[in-house]
Amino acid sequence: MMTPRDLVATSARALRVNPLRSALTALGVIIGVASVVAMVALGEGAQQRVTSSISSLGSNLLIIVPGASRQGGVAQAPGSFNSLTIADAEAIARDVPGAVAVAPSQRGSAQIVADGANWNTRIEGVTPPYLDARDWGVSSGRFFDDREARQARKVAVLGATVAKELFPNSDPISQRIRISGGQYEIIGVLESKGQSGFGQDQDDIVLAPLQTVKRRVSGRQGRANTVSQISVKAESEAALTQLQTDVETLLRQRHRIAEGDTDDFTVQNLSSIADTMKQTTAAFTALLAAISAVSLVVGGIGIMNIMLVSVTERTREIGLRKALGARRQDILWQFGLEAVALSIAGGIVGLLIGSLVAWGVTTLMQVPLVLGGMTAVTAIGFSALVGVAFGAYPAWRAARLDPIEALRRE
Amino acid sequence: MSLIEARSLERTYRMGDEIVHALDKVSFSVPRGDYIAVIGPSGSGKSTLMNIIGGLDTPSAGTLVVNGADLGKLDDEGLAGFRNKTIGFVFQSFNLLPRLTAMQNVELPMLYSGTPPLERQARASQLLDRVGLGQRKTHRPTQLSGGQQQRVAIARALACEPAVILADEPTGALDTNTTKEILALFKELNREGVTIIIVTHEHEVAQATKRIIEMRDGCIVSDKPVS
Repeated sequence: MMTPRDLVATSARALRVNPLRSALTALGVIIGVASVVAMVALGEGAQQRVTSSISSLGSNLLIIVPGASRQGGVAQAPGSFNSLTIADAEAIARDVPGAVAVAPSQRGSAQIVADGANWNTRIEGVTPPYLDARDWGVSSGRFFDDREARQARKVAVLGATVAKELFPNSDPISQRIRISGGQYEIIGVLESKGQSGFGQDQDDIVLAPLQTVKRRVSGRQGRANTVSQISVKAESEAALTQLQTDVETLLRQRHRIAEGDTDDFTVQNLSSIADTMKQTTAAFTALLAAISAVSLVVGGIGIMNIMLVSVTERTREIGLRKALGARRQDILWQFGLEAVALSIAGGIVGLLIGSLVAWGVTTLMQVPLVLGGMTAVTAIGFSALVGVAFGAYPAWRAARLDPIEALRRE
Repeated sequence: MSLIEARSLERTYRMGDEIVHALDKVSFSVPRGDYIAVIGPSGSGKSTLMNIIGGLDTPSAGTLVVNGADLGKLDDEGLAGFRNKTIGFVFQSFNLLPRLTAMQNVELPMLYSGTPPLERQARASQLLDRVGLGQRKTHRPTQLSGGQQQRVAIARALACEPAVILADEPTGALDTNTTKEILALFKELNREGVTIIIVTHEHEVAQATKRIIEMRDGCIVSDKPVS
């Protein structure tokens, strides 16, 4: 009975006899494992980006926008009807217990001029709870307070991109800019949020008090007290569903929508959107990994092929080993181990190459690189499994050889 | 009790419709320390007899006891152990593994008997000294002459201190001078107490032994000591 150490030494020696052949045999597994690892890492990276970019909009957040309305049986485009009002936001804050922060906002766009430079961007009229609702903060300066908001002061807080474009070399705080003909004082700069899950630069924005924007920037659209959006934050993700129901009930009441009629607003639950997108990317990842796994199987067949050739070539050696006292198990182990060693070596190299590819592609696509120890263990475990599955038959053939026949073979 | 005891040994093969009697009721016994040549034309059954004594083949009928082991009753694993510990094979074509050094080739049977590495190396080294290859221990078979290769093979056959050495045409691939050297080595080993059975068709080789068994058509036709 051969000791494990001798077995390993024997198999390793056999693989070193023909290094090129061993390398080419392992190549199938290398490619298979590398593509599975790269695909899974990419998919998980994409999934993480979806999650983080959606949560960057604000966690546990409901966004209410004016919904599709019907006027005399004619469907209007969603958002075309200004059904949401500041009063709605106040009612939610007052009557819905689960609403931690309620922030009505009015969206507009404007050309912003700061001596010499100018920039076209989104301008959002908001109230102070907006920062809380969106999990946002200022990186320098301050945000406007309730009094400034009520008084419709001409103050502005710049997004990081706008600040960089308009004031590349100077501190924007206390500087003045012109928006739609009015002069505004910059009181703060927002923290950078980066791109949203939909590819939008969230830092390309200017925030100003809601009343200021209503009166001076977007005042001509809609009535004086309408808003384009209301953000409502829940205490936790679990409370989100209840909050959504409560908000919907309240708004239907306030808008006098009869039972069975369509809402004139839409409540978007960001975590459910995130879940859907995560599921989609997960399904996509699984599909890609499954396709890559096919190449792993092809790699296994390559190993089986070479092992069968090897058994035929070494028939005499097998016969001799049996004559010298090798039992069937000894031969079985020797050849099985060769196949498993080939596939595990292929798995390790494949893991390295796959990680490298994943790193390259994620860097290129600006997706976070996710490479867990679990991926590594699974990749190597699977390649070992491939070695066992496809090495078993050649090894069994070798073990079963009749020593007399085998020794007679030239 | 003798080392090998064969009683009415039979080995039959089926070749299509025909049944071939490779061995037909063969009985003989070999005492410890004997030195025997088995001769006969090809197809006489001498190779079959060697394979059965060596535990590579099993008898169809009859009993064969070698060194206390009843070969008809051993399973595959038992036979492997028997070949490892009781038999030392020497082949016409040496059958050394080309990638291994002389030392590693001699160590091979001890790998299967589970001998620890240090003990294995010491024994292999000592055996190579014994067959006169003390200077060639790390050579590979391709770097050795035919006679030297057969010496390595003999050292390998002795590795697990077998009860009997079975040599199948051991000088068939060697020239006259080398044949003499190998026969001298066998004689020396026999004098030290090793039991040796050689299958050969060369008269001079047979004459160098103590006893000649002649076979024909699966039967022993003569069995007499060398004069």
